[in-house]
Amino acid sequence: MIDVLGYDFMIRAMLAAVFTGLSAPIVGTYLVQRRLSLMGDGLGHVAVTGVALGLLTNTSPTWTAIAVAILGAVLIEVIRERGHGGGDVALALLFYGGIAGGVLITGIAGQSASRLQEFLFGSITTISVQDVWVTMALAAAVMAIGLGLGPQLFTVAQDQEFAKVSGLNVRAYNLLLAVLAAVTVTVAMRTVGLLLVSALMIVPVAATQQLTRSFRSTLLGAMGVGLVSSVGGLLIAAWASFEVQGISPGPTIVLLSLTFFALTWPVGAWLRHRRRQRIPFDEMPPLAHQTTGEHPHQHGENCGHPAVPHGDHVDYLHDGHRHAPHGAHYDEH
Amino acid sequence: MLTDVPVLSITDGTVPIAGRPVLRHVDLTVRPGEFVALMGANGSGKSTLMRSMTGLLPLSRGTVELFGTPLQRFRDWSRVGYVPQRSSAIGGVPTSVWEVVSTGRLSRRRPLRPLLARDRAAIREALEVVGLADRVRDGVSTLSGGQQQRALIARALAGEPELLLLDEPTAGVDLPNQRALADALVTLKGRGVTMVLVAHELGPLAPLVDRAVVMRDGQVAYDGPPLADHEVHGPFFGPGHHHHHDDPTGPPDHVPGVTSPVDSAAEEVLP
Repeated sequence: MIDVLGYDFMIRAMLAAVFTGLSAPIVGTYLVQRRLSLMGDGLGHVAVTGVALGLLTNTSPTWTAIAVAILGAVLIEVIRERGHGGGDVALALLFYGGIAGGVLITGIAGQSASRLQEFLFGSITTISVQDVWVTMALAAAVMAIGLGLGPQLFTVAQDQEFAKVSGLNVRAYNLLLAVLAAVTVTVAMRTVGLLLVSALMIVPVAATQQLTRSFRSTLLGAMGVGLVSSVGGLLIAAWASFEVQGISPGPTIVLLSLTFFALTWPVGAWLRHRRRQRIPFDEMPPLAHQTTGEHPHQHGENCGHPAVPHGDHVDYLHDGHRHAPHGAHYDEH
Repeated sequence: MLTDVPVLSITDGTVPIAGRPVLRHVDLTVRPGEFVALMGANGSGKSTLMRSMTGLLPLSRGTVELFGTPLQRFRDWSRVGYVPQRSSAIGGVPTSVWEVVSTGRLSRRRPLRPLLARDRAAIREALEVVGLADRVRDGVSTLSGGQQQRALIARALAGEPELLLLDEPTAGVDLPNQRALADALVTLKGRGVTMVLVAHELGPLAPLVDRAVVMRDGQVAYDGPPLADHEVHGPFFGPGHHHHHDDPTGPPDHVPGVTSPVDSAAEEVLP
């Protein structure tokens, strides 16, 4: 095996991957809770204009992208708050405006499309030392706020009206979450690129919540999946690029996290099916004492038929029947 | 005397929604320990009245006072427990019953502080009052509608409120769950908690009610001793079981939002 970590650029890339992999799913969990999964995508598109402005004015694209993304986030939040149910349309308007503005301004700046592509699809291996510091600092700030103010952000995401009557400043927390999302988008921009940013926020959450029953475990699990995906994707891409030319880390990271989803989803579907089947039946006396006829099968623990609690006994389910043991025979319940 | 300060009072309360006065010149005072049922047909303004009492809907005229303090200056939100209509209970991420109920402690917790032993005790207590102590680790989405409603009540109780505001807690809840709910409210009444409840029909809650306030067309039509369900929906108080599916103030379903994503619902002028 070739030691890919022997290169300086790989060390820098690893650091960026670790921090973005951990921080992006935190913001993603709150966004999914509020059913705003596509907000990250909208902000990613808006940030394209920010990057282009940076290229045009010869300033750091990271900072112009952050500024424009935060502006976009505040705008989305204001539109969402004032409009009724028009949130998705507002997002769509920003999607298109952002990307069109970005491409237009890049052209005016005389930059080639490939320069913009670095930001659209990520270029983690060309990240500079200064960029690594910025990435780590911003990601750490997102983590500190996202976890530290967790109870408040969770309450607001869970039920805005209740949060308001609890005395929370709902508007401020909504804006805070929007700003966190904007910062995360620009932080992850170098890792997976603006067009795939949202994937690193949302897909780990989608994969984890197949198996979890609480918000907390979803949040922590998603951080784990995000970390493994971003570091794993980077390493896979690095090793594979010795064999095949043109394998870039951004898409590899996203596809790896989607693989996690592909693995957890069938398990989650099975778990949910099983849980639904085991919901106790209402405690109601049967209409009449109805016994089964000849019953060659002996029900019992691990007999292969689901045993569902029903009052003080269990019913065994098979072929649309609910069979309850009664002395030597089974009753039809 | 201190106990004579009303828990809640609304004076000349007027609330417009989309330019239409939905609540008109409402006066209502709730004294400590009272159990008030806000009743009336759909669209009579009973839910609007409740939402204006919590500050969720701003008044265009008049004042609301909570514990003697005008709503604008009221900061003591831990004294108020609010149970909104159930629809808002489930988000996009799995959430356990414990997590939902623990958000009720937030009005008493400072930011960046962990859950203390007395917070946990209050949450556990609240879950016991509503009879969900054995479902703590389960996901909210696995609860039945009535159990979800009880979880929302537990959430409000976790903050140990002196005033409990319940918006249609019995709507769409089956009879056994309505009884469980009534049991929980009996316990609270015994502790001296003041309660205001919006209900279309009282059912098993009827014996608890000290005072009924019937709304009709945005005004208080009756304020006095409890009434039977059929009296509330009699001819005087307007249509009984009329459901406003054609409610003109609702969101315009068939109008694409493209033309006006920045219009606010409140400013919209109806044709």
